[in-house]
Amino acid sequence: MSHTPIERVAASTPPAIASRVRGLSDRTLAWIFVAPTIFLLLAVNIFPLVWTIRLSLTNYRANRAGAELEWVGLRNYTRILTDPDIWQTMQATAHFLIWTILLQVLIGFTLAWLINRKFRGNDLWTTIIVLPMMLSPAVVGNFWTFLYQPQIGLFNYAVSFVTGIDPSSFSMIGSVELAPWAIVIVDTWMWTPFVMLICLAGLRSIPDYIYEAAAIDRASPWRQFWTITLPMVLPFLMLAVLFRGIENFKMFDLVVQLTGGGPGSTTELTSINLKREAFEKWRTGYASAYAIILFVTVFGLASIYVKALNKVKER
Amino acid sequence: MKTKGLLAVTGMAAVAGFAATGAQAEDLTLCWAAWDPANALVELSKDFEAQSGHTMHFEFVPWPNFADRMLNELNSGGQLCDLMIGDSQWIGGSAENGHYIKLNDFFDANGIKMDDFIDATVTGYSEWPKNTPNYWALPAFGDVVGWTYRKDWFERPELMEEFKGKYGYDLAAPKTFAELKDIAEFFQNRDIDGKTVYGASIYTERGSEGITMGAMDVLYSFGFKYENPDKPYDMEGFVNSPGAVAGLEYYKALYDCCVPPGSSNGYMSEGIDAFKSGQVAMQMNFAFTWPGFESDANVGGGKTGYFANPAGPDGEQFAQLGGQGISVVSYSTKQDAALEYIKWFAQPDVQAKWWQMGGFSCLKAVTLAPDFPASQPYAQTFLDSMAIVKDFWAEPSYATLLQDTQKRFHDYVVAGQGTAQEALDGLVQDWTETFEDDGKL
Repeated sequence: MSHTPIERVAASTPPAIASRVRGLSDRTLAWIFVAPTIFLLLAVNIFPLVWTIRLSLTNYRANRAGAELEWVGLRNYTRILTDPDIWQTMQATAHFLIWTILLQVLIGFTLAWLINRKFRGNDLWTTIIVLPMMLSPAVVGNFWTFLYQPQIGLFNYAVSFVTGIDPSSFSMIGSVELAPWAIVIVDTWMWTPFVMLICLAGLRSIPDYIYEAAAIDRASPWRQFWTITLPMVLPFLMLAVLFRGIENFKMFDLVVQLTGGGPGSTTELTSINLKREAFEKWRTGYASAYAIILFVTVFGLASIYVKALNKVKER
Repeated sequence: MKTKGLLAVTGMAAVAGFAATGAQAEDLTLCWAAWDPANALVELSKDFEAQSGHTMHFEFVPWPNFADRMLNELNSGGQLCDLMIGDSQWIGGSAENGHYIKLNDFFDANGIKMDDFIDATVTGYSEWPKNTPNYWALPAFGDVVGWTYRKDWFERPELMEEFKGKYGYDLAAPKTFAELKDIAEFFQNRDIDGKTVYGASIYTERGSEGITMGAMDVLYSFGFKYENPDKPYDMEGFVNSPGAVAGLEYYKALYDCCVPPGSSNGYMSEGIDAFKSGQVAMQMNFAFTWPGFESDANVGGGKTGYFANPAGPDGEQFAQLGGQGISVVSYSTKQDAALEYIKWFAQPDVQAKWWQMGGFSCLKAVTLAPDFPASQPYAQTFLDSMAIVKDFWAEPSYATLLQDTQKRFHDYVVAGQGTAQEALDGLVQDWTETFEDDGKL
């Protein structure tokens, strides 16, 4: 008589099937279970990657599918790496990436630290703070173009109120100097709550008894922050940096809505530039090489970062 | 017997009617940009539905995404659109890549003559290669970049007097680009009825084609040419000629001096908003926007005047062509019904109604009718403008050529990077590279 669920299933399996399954080794069974996943991975990730690498070595253009394909070797790669315009978009992306992450970590951590304290209306403030990240980036980009409008924009009026500068005398998204900061401000406004939430999770995971022990040892709040809070939240912070870094490296919708990459090419991030090459200029081979270079860059940086993150966790 | 006879006659009549409407009723989809003329076409097409028994569906995409969306559709061999009112620059690629069906035999069989349409629209919207009798579209919507101005402000005695005292000539619709800049400067930051107004709204959009359409509209009259007329694709000294450089410098000067604050990324809709809200004295925009001003509460009722693109320093006068032709998509499975629509649309009475509803007909029978110039306040300006049009490249690589131009012009005009000479020299390099890739150089 069978008792366990597995034994009951085994007993109800028809003898013909049971005998066949009984003949399979553990390794074969493992392959049977893993095969669908491997097939999906190959079809959805690996095959497109290999195909993109192949296209990157040709002059293929998707809008001329019937045209003769010419094998150009590494010409697309050398063209990209020696093109000053591409380096300009890389610089714009680096500026955006560094400043958004820096500001989001600083403000996000500060907000988390404040929200972590018990005060009246704590839940309400948390909800209000996380609202921006619930909005669609395209919507956020669109309404910030109005906020930045020199004649009617609230942002310009706020700056004018604080500094006394004429609100219509400057354009946040029309000025070469200000536009890179305009996109940093909007992204920070939208995604700081995300960093805050991750930091909040980190702060709430620190057991109270550690602080109590530190207080008994007469450690000052400043020392408690540097020796307990920050080290214990650091893995969470690093995770937030990883997420935001990957997200902002491929930033597209928000910036397209805000500036369209302008003025000139001042805010043309790599993803916007890549989209222009692939789907506006239709230089598919060239764009494939561009995508591979970006993939290798992100993959390499992310791998190094994840290793560092694991080391921090092990400490 | 009587009943049987009646049934037979009814059946035969039904069959005959069916045959006359071109076999079975189809669901046709027409793809175009989402704008006012498209709404007019929906209304107009109800006549076609009633006559043919076919049902019309429409796929309209806003202008900034129109090319992206529709070219993706064509390049992927999609069957969403049976009829495409595609931009004039698409004609080369769509013909060479087999997206549109060739219409010569159809035109011949149905007595549709290209001579009956405005010459510039036939060259611009239908022919590929250009200036050869190979037709891929029927001119559907004539359009051109022109200007509107606040006639009511221009006619104010105190402003007229002040302007004449300052510049030595009358305040009126400008005849030259030099005059246009004078007027724009005159109105810039002026207080009118307690509100600060600005000189002009011009195209500066970066993403799709805006700044190219605007700057080219000026450059043509300053001497810009796409290529050596005697040697195709030879661009050195034509694209970056001294006249072209002066034209681009003029466009930047106009941008720097005379546009409303925050005009760094504006195209058609931003221009309409600026003009309707009373922000600007003059506005560069395509002619399709003009009917909307006539019916507007703020600027309609005689407050708006229209003028064709002014002349350049040497008296040359050209304007940027807009507009589209209507084509049958080769991937459509309902080509017969789609051709039926084009045949219906080409009829003079349908074209006359099209003009009345706000569509800019290209049929000479409509535009050259004696009562046409007086039919709308902007009708004469439309005719004058259509007589001086030039268009951007319509090569299969037009999108690459366009994006290069967008970047070069925006970098110089809006971002203020480099000089006009550097921008146009760079453009020659970009375009040369593209034509080399295409095997044309």
